[in-house]
Amino acid sequence: MDQFTLNLIVVGATFALYIGIAIWARAGSTSEFYAAGRGVHPVVNGMATGADWMSAASFISMAGIIAFGGYDTSAYLMGWTGGYVLLAMLLAPYLRKFGKFTVPEFIGDRFYSQTARSVAVACLIIASITYVIGQMTGVGVAFSRFLEVDNATGLYIGAAIVFFYAVLGGMKGITYTQVAQYVVLIIAYTIPAIFISLQLTGNPIPALGLFADATSTGEPLLTTLNGLLADLGFSSYTQQSDTTLNMFLFTVSLMIGTAGLPHVIVRFFTVPTVKDARSSAGWALVFIALLYLTAPAVGAMARLNLINTIYPNGTTEAPLAYDQRPEWVQKWEQTGLLKFEDKNGDGLIQYTASKDTNEFDVNKDIITLANPEIAQLPGWVIALVAAGGLAAALSTAAGLLMAISSAVSHDLIKSQINPSISEKGELMSARVAMAVAIAVATYLGLNPPGFAAQTVALAFGLAAASIFPALMMGIFSKRINDKGAVAGMLAGLIVTIVYIFLHKGWFFIADTASFSDSDPLLLSVKSTSFGSIGALINFAVAYFVSSATEDTPQEIKDLVEAVRVPRGSSAAIDH
Amino acid sequence: MASQQDSSAYWSKNISIIKGCLIVWFVASFGMAILFRPMLAGIGVGGTDLGFWFAQQGSILVFLVLIFFYAWRMNKLDVEFGVDEE
Repeated sequence: MDQFTLNLIVVGATFALYIGIAIWARAGSTSEFYAAGRGVHPVVNGMATGADWMSAASFISMAGIIAFGGYDTSAYLMGWTGGYVLLAMLLAPYLRKFGKFTVPEFIGDRFYSQTARSVAVACLIIASITYVIGQMTGVGVAFSRFLEVDNATGLYIGAAIVFFYAVLGGMKGITYTQVAQYVVLIIAYTIPAIFISLQLTGNPIPALGLFADATSTGEPLLTTLNGLLADLGFSSYTQQSDTTLNMFLFTVSLMIGTAGLPHVIVRFFTVPTVKDARSSAGWALVFIALLYLTAPAVGAMARLNLINTIYPNGTTEAPLAYDQRPEWVQKWEQTGLLKFEDKNGDGLIQYTASKDTNEFDVNKDIITLANPEIAQLPGWVIALVAAGGLAAALSTAAGLLMAISSAVSHDLIKSQINPSISEKGELMSARVAMAVAIAVATYLGLNPPGFAAQTVALAFGLAAASIFPALMMGIFSKRINDKGAVAGMLAGLIVTIVYIFLHKGWFFIADTASFSDSDPLLLSVKSTSFGSIGALINFAVAYFVSSATEDTPQEIKDLVEAVRVPRGSSAAIDH
Repeated sequence: MASQQDSSAYWSKNISIIKGCLIVWFVASFGMAILFRPMLAGIGVGGTDLGFWFAQQGSILVFLVLIFFYAWRMNKLDVEFGVDEE
């Protein structure tokens, strides 16, 4: 059986499974549609949160970014896990106690202001759309390889499937489908990693293999890798190249962005009690950590295997001849994501750090998908990885589209524009909102502002600067009032967007950028790291504006008091 | 909830638990993995140093322990103050 047929069978089987579950668990009421009826067990919810959370960026893109970035990219690992600590302690239990359906709903009620709610909707939509772009980039990569079409066609096919899929289920359908997607994606991620770790180090656990001795040299794997990189003129894998300031701020930005992303927060509305909300964040991190502890091993090992492929006889000998390149290189060349340009005309593939002599250009986003092929693993493993990448992208896209469409239909149309809208009308508007969101994301996915994980990092910056501070102040301060919250969110969001556009181009149109991330406006702060500064501005503006204006009314102080204690959470279920 | 006083005692206890947890959270990630890494460079772990290990694995393990500790501690506190869910 050829690889293409095998891919079709494995991916087809997983899709049939998801659709089956979505039909079995479809929503019967608005409570089921928005919050899965609040009957989801914390471990199940943790697993679904894991799938929702681990997107194309985690599955497809992150290991590639780590492979080429080394130590500096640890910010992704710490940022995308450390945020759960903040979520578990600062937000999840209190928001569950509050017991409504959406994030803007909390902000609107706590800051007793429709304006605050609308601003929260705007923040949510901007952050989520940016996030969906990152998913579409990843879906495009996965489909282009697996259906053997060019990147743009892959993206259109991906968009169509994501749309069909997201429309099918409400939160209940999405939650149970995501459990299945988690199982598929974690198996697909771990199996090739175990094989590769065994090949390179003899240790079956990739996380331990990363720090074990390489069987080829008898020296530690990372020492071996550093040695090869030094021979080719690349910077050391384990040394820091980025500035400490930027790495620090980038990690902060990813952490508080994690805690501020609405599609993750709404997950904690689906569990039965406050107690469950606390432990569910822990279970989510258990399931996320299974992948995140493996990812750095995948990255380092992929880099090593890549160099060994190009230099089969060692870096001091002649590299691989172009006409002897393995089949996976040829397959990826067709997608345009891997390129060879014979600059010195010797027919050999030179892979070096210098722009003038390097002839081999690999898109970082293909590393995870190509990894089993680079390591020459059997065909079914390759098919499994394709299925896993698609599961990761689809589950996150569905969660994001759910957050966008519920913000539009529930927080904008139902609460402000047309309160008498029928349930059917509310669902219709949710679907139209999804369609528009996908169309915008597809267009931008064709012209992405960065690799999948970098685009996603921008979304985190936006969530960090706008939503997280408003939620945290809403719970931990009784003094922040409507004017403070609105001014704070707008200031954080606008400053962050302007900073991103100055570096990435206005509306991501590249030639309108005035600065670049290699030479940023403010010290060494890259656009992806600016969310942490945006959040600081948000906190400061909200504090000063609130101090200068009137105190919050008594019923708001009572609301905050009520949110802070767990007792009485079950009352919130029936409404 | 017995009284206003109990409620503010419960809340300030919660805040101090959160503070303790967040100090550990900060030290395990920003501290060990980024700021103090140069000082820990002498401690070797599998071809690199302790700071690298914290950056890529150690911090995540600490986060896991922290969340479950906080959940356990708060559930206990809820019962102490009689604000747990029946």
